Amino acid sequence: MADASVRHRRHDRGLMILLMAPAVCVVLLLLIVPTSWLFWQSIYANGFTLENYERIFSDPIYFDTFVLTFRISAIVTLGTFVLGYPLAYGACVLPRPWAMVILVAVVLPFWTSVLVRTYAWLILLGHNGVINSFLMSIGAVDHPLRLVNNEFGTIVATIHILLPFMVLPLYSAMQKIPDDLMRAGTSLGGSPFHAFRRIYFPLSLNGVMAGAALVFVLCLGFYITPELMGGGKTIMASMVVSRNVELFNDWGAASAVSVVLLVVVLIIFYLASRIVPVDRIVGAG
Amino acid sequence: MTFRCNLSLVAAASLALITPAMAQGDESITFVSQGGAYQQAQTEAILDPVADALGMTINQDSVPDPLPMIKTQGMTGRVVWDVVDTPPYNCIRAGEQGLIEKLDYARLPAAGDIPKNTRTDYSVPYEKYSSVLAYNADKYGDNPPKSWADFWNVKKFPGRRALRNYPVATLEAALLADGVSRDKLYPLDVERAFAKLDEIKPHIATWWTSGGQSAQLLHDGEVDMIMMWNGRVSELKQAGDDVDYTYADGILQRTGLCILKGSPNLDTAYKFVNAAISPEYQANLPKYIDYGPANPKAYETGKISDERAAELPSSPENAAQQAELSYKWWASSEGEDTQRRWLRFMQR
Repeated sequence: MADASVRHRRHDRGLMILLMAPAVCVVLLLLIVPTSWLFWQSIYANGFTLENYERIFSDPIYFDTFVLTFRISAIVTLGTFVLGYPLAYGACVLPRPWAMVILVAVVLPFWTSVLVRTYAWLILLGHNGVINSFLMSIGAVDHPLRLVNNEFGTIVATIHILLPFMVLPLYSAMQKIPDDLMRAGTSLGGSPFHAFRRIYFPLSLNGVMAGAALVFVLCLGFYITPELMGGGKTIMASMVVSRNVELFNDWGAASAVSVVLLVVVLIIFYLASRIVPVDRIVGAG
Repeated sequence: MTFRCNLSLVAAASLALITPAMAQGDESITFVSQGGAYQQAQTEAILDPVADALGMTINQDSVPDPLPMIKTQGMTGRVVWDVVDTPPYNCIRAGEQGLIEKLDYARLPAAGDIPKNTRTDYSVPYEKYSSVLAYNADKYGDNPPKSWADFWNVKKFPGRRALRNYPVATLEAALLADGVSRDKLYPLDVERAFAKLDEIKPHIATWWTSGGQSAQLLHDGEVDMIMMWNGRVSELKQAGDDVDYTYADGILQRTGLCILKGSPNLDTAYKFVNAAISPEYQANLPKYIDYGPANPKAYETGKISDERAAELPSSPENAAQQAELSYKWWASSEGEDTQRRWLRFMQR
């Protein structure tokens, strides 16, 4: 009897390994190998050298770039949280038609290219753009505001583009919170706000962590939007990588920046996973 | 029964599809340029006529900066490109890394007409364009800016400005604005140029990275004065925008053709390059785009009228007002250091 169950388990194991093999191969070939090559490039150029990493940690521009990248990512994460939380909450508690409208409004832009969305923001925020023309026409300002080709424009556009990544995990987490808990919270005289603060919000925290981690990490590596909206003055890590490749064909330097960024992201994910288990972040619940 | 019939039908059909591609001639090359309207114009002016006349197939590819791809192909040993049209410093740098064929000028008789100082070991001049001062004609009316000194003069010519996020040609403009005469530009006084750029930096609204972006900035009225490529701004002008530009103080630049080392179709590549730089085909280019042929003999073929020549960057009158960019300097180690320094300058 025991024999049969052991054989069964081994058989299951073997089957599992076989089924996993294609996926493991894909990950190995398309992820592990290129990343290792990237790392190799950064330490080997006619002999082993740590010069690329020395430059990153000693040269102020690299340090400034990373600081700027983190600062913008933090602001964007906060912005998507402030805008995304009410949206996700609304999608959960509002009657069906309104919930659908919210979800569609959040997901539909997902299906348009990032470039198109970024250009749309250029049109909205431009010097002669929609917003400035409107403000000028109602006399609110006497000369157009500088809304684009600077950090402000970059942040606004990035918040819009990364909003779905905050809303969807939040929505997913909030969906799992049973309705009766809130009702129970107010049953003995607690205010709705009290119930929200003590019950709902802590339970949705998992979704918040998931969304925040996702948005932050995506923003760290964001390229197109800062490139187009930043006016060349908002230099984020991804742009440093591309400049290193284009401008001075220095793949080693570019690789080093990428590797440092990757390590930072892994550290963030690790820290986030201490608060929320990884499978919850990725599967959002 | 039916299945077998269908199968043979499919087999026959696929053979029929492959055969035309095979029968089109043994000679073919892959030609790479920068895409967009420019590549379209080349196709009509030079690529198609040469392909017909010499009986070769020209496959095309386009990329804004070919250097990374050239490097990849060289490194992996799988060279798929043959001829690349790109600024000569790319050819020189890649050539020094052993990625570009050293040109055998004996195989390029048409290059004899092209001035020796613009030819390099790795590239032969192909087409000339300029970085010019373009501006919003409506805003400046009767008193438009006419030089880089005017561009730098924010009091006399107020307005938002843009420059290219790239040191090549931008440093030259800064030096010209500071009073350096055109023939005394090289070797570039890099310190002086960056000091001059520091002056104008607070007034630059945008540092553009692509030709399309530069055109968009001027078209949208996002900036009033900008340094951009003449082809882009003349496009806007023809489309009806109230913008204008001047060749005065312009920076005359060129692209060159180079052949990749290990190119799979070396002989055909040489034949193509020789045809592409010969006067009859070069003279076709101005018909489709506002860029000038690099071969001076093209102006004598009679295909370019005098009025057309006046609009081209490389015509004698226009060239006289401009500074010619030195690709040798930019490919040298000072040039490379300056490019590194550019990133630092942008960051501050």
